[in-house]
Amino acid sequence: MIERSHHDMGGQPGGKVERSEHDYADWERRVDAMSWLMRKHGVTVDERRRHIEQLPPEAYDRMSYYERWIVSLAQAALQRGLVTSAELARKMVEVQERGSG
Amino acid sequence: MVQARFKPGDRVRVMQAYPVGHVRTPHYIRGHTGEIERLCGSFANPEELAQMRSGLPAQPLYRVRFVQREVWPDYKGSPQDVLEVEIFQHWLEAA
Repeated sequence: MIERSHHDMGGQPGGKVERSEHDYADWERRVDAMSWLMRKHGVTVDERRRHIEQLPPEAYDRMSYYERWIVSLAQAALQRGLVTSAELARKMVEVQERGSG
Repeated sequence: MVQARFKPGDRVRVMQAYPVGHVRTPHYIRGHTGEIERLCGSFANPEELAQMRSGLPAQPLYRVRFVQREVWPDYKGSPQDVLEVEIFQHWLEAA
């Protein structure tokens, strides 16, 4: 039995709080827009949080806020049949090649 | 909608349970006793919404007030300091 999931960090030592402001990158704005669009089609914030909470602890710590949201949106799209893993894989390779070309 | 069972001032204990799933009741507050501060309203149950179900009937959500020193054994602040947590009714029992 897991008593405390990794994401449930209230009361744990948290280290230093980063207080500086920062601007959002374009890809982060797109992730936010995609979240809103999927909400309109029934994907709740609760469903997306469930996917984030299921990340392995090392991945949860390593990934940035919006990187975690990308995983949750992809999981939701996969579970709801909007995309298959194979389609996602092909697209990821395509984008990667475009970036390195 | 599920009927509200508690009113402001009632003493309540948070269930000490660790189910799988998406749960909004923070780990650190489970098993602690506090006082109902207010009824916030009734909302679809996020534990059910997270599993792609309706979350209905709506569950009463309360703001529950806890004494900091009772929650954190090493708390150094004033004994009057409190902590308020929003908790759904199905996690609470009369204390």
